[in-house]
Amino acid sequence: MENRIEKKIELKAPLSRVWRALTDYREFGEWFRVKLDGPFVPGQVSSGHITWPGYEHLKWEAVVQEMEPEQYFAYTWHPYAVDPSVDYSTETPTLVEFRLEKTADGTLLTVTESGFEDVPSERRDEAFRKNEGGWAQQMKNIESYVAQNP
Amino acid sequence: MFAALGDKTRLALVRRLSDGQMHSIAQLTEGSRLTRQAITKHLRVLEGVGMVRSCRSGRESRFALNLQPIESVRSYLDLVSEQWDQALARLKDFVER
Repeated sequence: MENRIEKKIELKAPLSRVWRALTDYREFGEWFRVKLDGPFVPGQVSSGHITWPGYEHLKWEAVVQEMEPEQYFAYTWHPYAVDPSVDYSTETPTLVEFRLEKTADGTLLTVTESGFEDVPSERRDEAFRKNEGGWAQQMKNIESYVAQNP
Repeated sequence: MFAALGDKTRLALVRRLSDGQMHSIAQLTEGSRLTRQAITKHLRVLEGVGMVRSCRSGRESRFALNLQPIESVRSYLDLVSEQWDQALARLKDFVER
């Protein structure tokens, strides 16, 4: 079992278009489903709140680590930080890295999330319980609703 | 927990314990080049992360595997992985419009 998640996706769009979608805070918010308070700045906290229907009360926060134009964008955060009564700042965050590569058809985006070894067991157990129908299923429901009602 | 699993000896112990039975240290040391002491040390590490539980049977300790921590980690990773799949599908739609 890996302690990191890696995703690769081919996008039929130029590098600069993908870079903008990732690093412009308004564009990021549109597809990530979060409303951010301001631009991403390396070394600074980026905050906002989730815009998923039903989850709008949830705060979203990340610390931008690095931005290398059109190549690499990284931030640390607490994935699945959905309990408003928990202070996640005492937990070790995971690292999310976006790497962009130009391809013949557009852009290859690689997303890596690592650092799960430090996620506390209560967080993992919560996810285990929630997995049975909760959040993940809700997201599926919403996703298909949106796909059917563009 | 990943640190606990990232060791050849401990992985081998987990494999042996995966038959669901309780095993004594003697049984677990059988066929291994390691000493009782070394095997015990590894078992304690696994016990420390909740993957192994022990109980005393007479004068000896017996050990069994506890899958719940592994399953909860796997669930957690699956959940985060699924969220990324969905977010990246939305990104794709967004940039390819």
